[in-house]
Amino acid sequence: MSTFSRLTLTEIKLFFREPAAVFFALAFPPILLIVLGSIPAFREPDKTLGGARVIELYAPIIVALAVTMFAISSLPQMFATYREKGVLRRMRTTPVKPVMMLGAQLLMCTIMSVVVMLVLLVIGRVAFDVSLPKQPMYLVCYLLVALAMLAIGLLVASLAPSPKAAGAIGSILFFPMLFTAGLWAPRDTMSSVLRRISDFSPLGAGVQSLQDTAAGHWPQLLHVAVMLGWTIVAGGLAARYFRWE
Amino acid sequence: MAIIEVDSLVKRYGDHTVVGGVSFAVEQGEIFGILGPNGAGKTTTVECIEGLRSPDGGAIRVCGIDPQRDTGELRQLLGAQLQESELPDKLKVSEAMELYSSFYRNPVDWRELIDSLHLTDKIGTQFRRLSGGQKQRLSIALALIGNPRVAVLDELTTGLDPQARRDAWDLIEGIRDRGVTIVLVTHFMEEAERLCDRLAVIDAGKLVALDSPAGLVSAVDDRQRIRFRPSAPIDHAVLATLPEVTNVERAGSQLVVTGTGNLLLAVTTALARHQVIAGDLRVEQTSLDDAFVALTGRSINN
Repeated sequence: MSTFSRLTLTEIKLFFREPAAVFFALAFPPILLIVLGSIPAFREPDKTLGGARVIELYAPIIVALAVTMFAISSLPQMFATYREKGVLRRMRTTPVKPVMMLGAQLLMCTIMSVVVMLVLLVIGRVAFDVSLPKQPMYLVCYLLVALAMLAIGLLVASLAPSPKAAGAIGSILFFPMLFTAGLWAPRDTMSSVLRRISDFSPLGAGVQSLQDTAAGHWPQLLHVAVMLGWTIVAGGLAARYFRWE
Repeated sequence: MAIIEVDSLVKRYGDHTVVGGVSFAVEQGEIFGILGPNGAGKTTTVECIEGLRSPDGGAIRVCGIDPQRDTGELRQLLGAQLQESELPDKLKVSEAMELYSSFYRNPVDWRELIDSLHLTDKIGTQFRRLSGGQKQRLSIALALIGNPRVAVLDELTTGLDPQARRDAWDLIEGIRDRGVTIVLVTHFMEEAERLCDRLAVIDAGKLVALDSPAGLVSAVDDRQRIRFRPSAPIDHAVLATLPEVTNVERAGSQLVVTGTGNLLLAVTTALARHQVIAGDLRVEQTSLDDAFVALTGRSINN
């Protein structure tokens, strides 16, 4: 087995040994979808939403929530812990560069959040009759949200002085980000000012483009640009301030 | 043949010179100690050898390689055990060994290595559940997994209990017997004296001495002192005229004889000739501790 695949496999094994992380990242998003879908009114077409069903609006929001769990909660914590414990320092003495460890963690987060996304799509389809995405661009948009969020997660990992601080910054970012994603009030119910703000947030742009592509449309250029912008800015700053030790 | 050459190494952090022109060569197959108080620049020196820090001056060669230029090759030849570098809490010993094996071109059989470090019954154990001594042994195993020609062990036994420390010393001798050259950073005199073929004493970023432990001691002071209680009165002149003896003193019922060379044999032979038996005989020698104080002007622990 190659070094990179063994590293990724090891990271996946380690992830599954943290019950709390496994629950929040893997089980919580599907449970939330099921809970929301169990509310009868959410399954009925809503006139104020132009005949859409609330559960259909929530499907992409919960997909975005799942990505956020990995990118903003798991990744910065894991990385800051490895840095504090000298795991990366030890790796520097071997022929393998620590950047490979970073790559393995990013790949692990991506693989796991894609799995959660697929589970969410299947549950939505089977249990609540939410149709599967009609546009293949859905996948591209999904990867763009994941990239933007992972870049922000890396920036948190770069700036946080300790694992505790990484956890705290992650929680502080978590709620406003999910607010802009529409977790408390879906974008279609937001006031126009709020929706405008949401348009420029990574998750707001992400959720809207997931919603658009799921319905069979093309994503709006604005939202694609917003996601790319966050990826470039956060990724660039993360690269600038990155520390291995 | 020198396997590591350090020539006029300089390393500064800002205005502060941590290493100020240190030179030494480590011979193949020896246990080379770097001894000095905390903050003397020992770790910085070995980190430059390990290629983890770039020197501000001087040259370093490890097996003929410049650690800064050919870092990839260096990593295959040099195994390092660092201070304060752990593993993920829930990583098992066997997983750590398999993972680190995959990093190297010609890894050794990790099961044999783990067996020689007496960790075989711990291979299914997570890192967080290992004792301090077991963590250190695993750390040595990871430093040796790539079949290196040089192993750098930094403060290996710090924080270990005396028994675990002695076990670690046996291990280090075992590693040398496998043909690995060892650079050992330490601030324990006993460890340096027991293990090292040669020692570099570093203080405040300077090399203050470089010799075998015995050589360091004798360079500072080769006087020995013998104390004993003579079984019968004896004329001081009998002892004082011996060429090895420099001084004879009475201290209560005891005689204290100071001298050099083969003092003990000379004194006991002279006593035997006069039918005097030396009771409670004790030989006091300058220790490496004393040598260190003489070289640096202070004790290593403060």
